[in-house]
Amino acid sequence: MNLEPGLYHLLFISAALLFIGVYGFFTRRNLITMLMSIELILNSVNLNFIAFNKYLWPHKMDGLFFTVFIIAIAAAEAAVAIAIIINLYRSHNSIDVENAEELKY
Amino acid sequence: MPNGTLIALIPLLPLAGFILLGLFGRKYLKNSSGIIGTVLLLASTILAIYTAYEYFFVYGKVAGVYEKKFPLNYTWLEFLPAGQAGSKGVSIDMGILLDPISVMMLVVVTFVSLMVHIYSLGYMKGEERFSTYYSFLSLFTFSMLGLVVSRNLFQIYIFWELVGVSSFLLIGYYYNKPSAVAACKKAFIVTRFADLGFLIGILILSFSSGTLDFNTLISTLTTPGSGQAKAVASTFLGASAITWGAALVFIGGAGKSAMFPLHIWLPDAMEGPTPVSALIHAATMVVAGVFLVARLFPVFSITTPGVLEIVGWVGAVSAIIAAIIACTQTDIKRVLAYSTISQIGFMMFALGVSGYGGEAGLGYTASMFHLFTHAMFKALLFLGAGAVIHYIHSNEMKDMGGLRKFMPITHITFLIACLAIAGVPPFAGFFSKEEILLSAYHNNTIIYYIALFTSGLTSFYMFRLYFSIFWNKPHEVERKKHGKGGFSMMMPLILLAIGSAAAGFIPFGKYVSSDGTFLESHFHLQFSILPVLLGLAGILIAWWLYHKQSDRADRLAASLQGFYRTAYNKFYIDEIYMFITKKVLFNLIGRPAAWFDKNIVDGMINLTGNTTAAISESIKKLQSGKVQQYAIYFLVSVIGLALLFIYVWK
Repeated sequence: MNLEPGLYHLLFISAALLFIGVYGFFTRRNLITMLMSIELILNSVNLNFIAFNKYLWPHKMDGLFFTVFIIAIAAAEAAVAIAIIINLYRSHNSIDVENAEELKY
Repeated sequence: MPNGTLIALIPLLPLAGFILLGLFGRKYLKNSSGIIGTVLLLASTILAIYTAYEYFFVYGKVAGVYEKKFPLNYTWLEFLPAGQAGSKGVSIDMGILLDPISVMMLVVVTFVSLMVHIYSLGYMKGEERFSTYYSFLSLFTFSMLGLVVSRNLFQIYIFWELVGVSSFLLIGYYYNKPSAVAACKKAFIVTRFADLGFLIGILILSFSSGTLDFNTLISTLTTPGSGQAKAVASTFLGASAITWGAALVFIGGAGKSAMFPLHIWLPDAMEGPTPVSALIHAATMVVAGVFLVARLFPVFSITTPGVLEIVGWVGAVSAIIAAIIACTQTDIKRVLAYSTISQIGFMMFALGVSGYGGEAGLGYTASMFHLFTHAMFKALLFLGAGAVIHYIHSNEMKDMGGLRKFMPITHITFLIACLAIAGVPPFAGFFSKEEILLSAYHNNTIIYYIALFTSGLTSFYMFRLYFSIFWNKPHEVERKKHGKGGFSMMMPLILLAIGSAAAGFIPFGKYVSSDGTFLESHFHLQFSILPVLLGLAGILIAWWLYHKQSDRADRLAASLQGFYRTAYNKFYIDEIYMFITKKVLFNLIGRPAAWFDKNIVDGMINLTGNTTAAISESIKKLQSGKVQQYAIYFLVSVIGLALLFIYVWK
């Protein structure tokens, strides 16, 4: 029995991560949780890149580089998002998105 | 040869004054603006007198004829270069044209304007918008000087509108007075209406002669040839194109010169400060119409004698109607305004009865002569009236009387001006009016009798004014001693009085005539007797009625009941205009146009606006402020786009 994971396994995990992330992003009201969901989505993309790189073009590095970039950008994004969340907390005393609805028509 | 730069400085110095005072006057030059304007204008005046001297005595006369000189020409806008496509070239030029009338006008305008500038130093002292006043005066002087030296129709039209604007600004100087605001609007609208005719006239004349330049235009239209033939051949409503052109140009001139029936704006224009009335509405701007006809005189007299006859009749009718109205008015400035209309009527019909060249051109010389002397004595009358108003603080005759002991200088100078306008020898008005009457006598007997009667009326209403102001009531001692006017107000009066007394002795025919040649002015003693006697009779009647308080004048007015009331109400001309505009034009054109504008034009705009508003109202809920909703829109759109790209736009 071959226990080595194939491309499909990885894609399956990646898709699962994406949908978990999307689900979390739409259902959770806590901003921190939403941020975590976004990280899940990003990581599903990372996984996709790695998997395709390994199985389809094993002699190239493009996918790996993309992944490194995405991780760097995700770190920056997390820093910005957390800054926003802190500010929101200071002004609203909560990090629930439903309490921050002033910016509308 | 004339020095173009030096002459160009004459109008440009006041322009510099306007820019300087207009930009910095209110903030930085509040007290010195009057002096600045006056000094600049003094320089202009000296240059103008120098130019006149040079023109008349040094270079102007060539072989016994005063020639037109063109010391400066500047091509401003070139639409089609000369020589291209075989054309003479289409361009709009700015330049200077010197001939006897423009040189004379330069002197008149700068001199009277200088007098008014000096006078205003005293009269307008302490005004809130003192420097604005001086900047407007400078603007006016610049435009008027530019107008008189214009060398083509387009240039004269530009300056024509500029004097209109500056007149508008100065009439409305007291802009918080509703009557002044109404008056300046009225003046602007009436003259604009006439200028429409002028513009069309310019188009016709320049189209039929192929040029805008006065010299070329006149020679094309007056010498028989292809240009003239073309202009005469094309007809419209039974008159040739050139007749229409000349008539329309005359309408423009009549509007500016307040000729009947476009005279209604001038009496109302008296709402402006009195020195302004003296400068613009007596001495200079209102004679622009006369000047325009004189400028195009060869066209009028050689090519379109029919139009010239209209000019004569319009002038005569204006002269007599205005004189009759002047006899009944009680506001002293209005009397002077109607008197101005009447005197400009004299100038107009003098042109109207004149012929071109030689002896026949007497009317032309007389008209220009009268323009010159009238500028002197009418400016003097207005400035004198200004001094009286300054002293009394009222325009009404009934508030005045017995002032001769209080204002001796004003009294004497006013008397000189009255004698001059009444045509009593040896004052200036006598000489010019004699020449006008003489030329009318030779050419049109009916106009001559109208003029004779009018000149009698003139001396009557002028002395009615004089006696009512300075005699009539016993003088009161306890008048408040304010605002008698200092030296700056008295000096212009004295200088102008000298001018009014002496200007008549200038041998005018020697310098100004229709074709530039020498014109001997004849002096007929027998001929002068009748007008002078009529003038003296007018003075006597005025003396009998007004020299002291009596009910004679009222009884006379009562005996002429209907006629008096009609004249007092200015022959209801204003009411007729009101009827035409309010009842006819407003109802037939104004209201339907307003309805169309309100319902159709605005309706379309409103429809667009309302539709947009309704749509945005219905979709604005999309912007809910909920972050996750936005994310859903985003997700749905991405899925939608993905489906589109995958299945539809493969």
